[in-house]
Amino acid sequence: MPHRSVTTESPWVRRLLIAAAFVVLSLFLLLPLAAVFAEAFRKGWEVFLASLHEEAAFSAIKLTLIAAGISVPLNTLFGVSAAWLVTKFRFRGRSLLLSLIDLPFAVSPVIAGLVWVLLFGAKGWFGPWLADHDIKIIFALPGIVIATVFVTFPFVARELIPLMETQGSDQEEAAVILGARGWQIFFRVTLPNIKWGLLYGVLLCNARAMGEFGAVSVVSGHIRGETNTLPLHIEVLYNEYQFSAAFACATLLAFLALVTLGMKTAVEQLTGHQSSNHK
Amino acid sequence: MSISIQSIRKTFGAYTALEDISLEVPNGSLTALLGPSGSGKTTLLRIVAGLDFADPGPGRIAFHDEDVSEISARKRGVGFVFQHYALFQHMTVAQNIAFGLSVLPAAQRPQKSEIRDRVLELLKLVRLEGLDKRRPHELSGGQRQRVALARALAIRPKVLLLDEPFGALDAQVRKDLRRWLRQFHDEIGLTTLFVTHDQEEALELSDQVVVMRNARIEQVGKPQNVYDHPRSPFVYEFLGNVNKLHEGKNVRYLRPHEIEVLFAAECNPATDLLARVHHLFSAGPIATLTVKLTDGQFLDVELSRKYLDELSLSIGDEVAVRLAEVTD
Repeated sequence: MPHRSVTTESPWVRRLLIAAAFVVLSLFLLLPLAAVFAEAFRKGWEVFLASLHEEAAFSAIKLTLIAAGISVPLNTLFGVSAAWLVTKFRFRGRSLLLSLIDLPFAVSPVIAGLVWVLLFGAKGWFGPWLADHDIKIIFALPGIVIATVFVTFPFVARELIPLMETQGSDQEEAAVILGARGWQIFFRVTLPNIKWGLLYGVLLCNARAMGEFGAVSVVSGHIRGETNTLPLHIEVLYNEYQFSAAFACATLLAFLALVTLGMKTAVEQLTGHQSSNHK
Repeated sequence: MSISIQSIRKTFGAYTALEDISLEVPNGSLTALLGPSGSGKTTLLRIVAGLDFADPGPGRIAFHDEDVSEISARKRGVGFVFQHYALFQHMTVAQNIAFGLSVLPAAQRPQKSEIRDRVLELLKLVRLEGLDKRRPHELSGGQRQRVALARALAIRPKVLLLDEPFGALDAQVRKDLRRWLRQFHDEIGLTTLFVTHDQEEALELSDQVVVMRNARIEQVGKPQNVYDHPRSPFVYEFLGNVNKLHEGKNVRYLRPHEIEVLFAAECNPATDLLARVHHLFSAGPIATLTVKLTDGQFLDVELSRKYLDELSLSIGDEVAVRLAEVTD
């Protein structure tokens, strides 16, 4: 007789629920993904490749890679420092800091973008000073990077805080007593213990950094071939009725999402495997 | 090296963890800090290690006359074994033990081959030969504890501090390891201070037991002395089983073995009390008997199984109990 616990529904209810879940997921998640690829290849390989080879597309890809290339390492650094600070030390204002880390998740990306325009825009608080010193932030790469950093800040920290919280500081204390200095403790004890969580956080952070639309859209100014990131470029193409080209570029982002998902699953399996060994 | 603790105070906000603690741990001794949870014993151990600092004031910690109060944990040179061992999970047993040597500045760091030899020597000392390539999660609780011990000893510490060394182990392993640790201590002769809430462990293992309660030291002495002459009702109750006998307004404390059981017919009204057998239990050579006095109070009595068999009592029988003379 198959094992049944009191909280389990009868087999046919279970099957029905599972089937329903698959239908809903397919309709809402898989169908759009399939549509992206179908639309992209509708006019054939040549149009697909041509849309990616176009100069504006090329510069959008380049800008996206540069923006992510700057903001992901920065946020890895910030995230690790923030998680280290709030989990290894008890201090006044700690809970305020914890809430602040979550702020970018709570604020709409558009508002996040507008804040930077208000601060650094031509008519913003620091606008005149920046103009006097010939520094361009809004409608330029620095603005895009700042907006991306702001929006993706919580990913790494949020991933690490619960992990480091459960690990406690026992191993760090043991290392101190054995004579290790701060940097030795971090690189030889703390980092190896959080490496999978960190990788996971960095992956999610990168996915979001490359895909960010709202905040970047506000600060970039949509200058074609200059300040358009890949998501913005797709929007421009779409608005110009170049559907095949828009979807061709979209496949790049979709592909990135699939790769992230695959790597995330791999990391989960590796860590799941490890933690089951620990007990 | 002796440990000298003088006038240590520690508060966490409004909570007082340690109230003016002074204690001498003699060179080469094995001293137990015994007390219920919240008595401050772990805080005291952490302050000796340098993991916590005492409140500013006259308090100081010295190792063999050298004041170490201001020396950081990193430079204090103590061996510390954590309650849950705190082994580095991603390192092998050998890497764990070598850690303290491998983080030394290049000028002081021994050669790789020397470190290797020291690790093997320590593994032999804690009887874990051949396990050097294992990882902590592949070891049993008792093995992990001995790795933690070897790791602590690798830096040739001045003193050894153990936080609830047997807290996370099964009853059987505990007993074996307790005996082993005593023997081990006698071999290496390192001044050792350990924290425990288990009175049996403290009495059986230590040369000196320090009973703590509510941030203060209640009593210090040799285990036998503290057990036989408890200075307060708390120590009486905390160390071993005890009967509380209310005699009018006074409370008298009696160990179960300090009560004698006789046939009711032998009762001498001047010294003895009449009672009825309430419960009987015997496992091994010692039997426990619970009797109910005529005024309704219960007493636990320990007597030899052989004697109990001679009395051949059953529940409900009337007996006489003779209480030990008050000695102090």
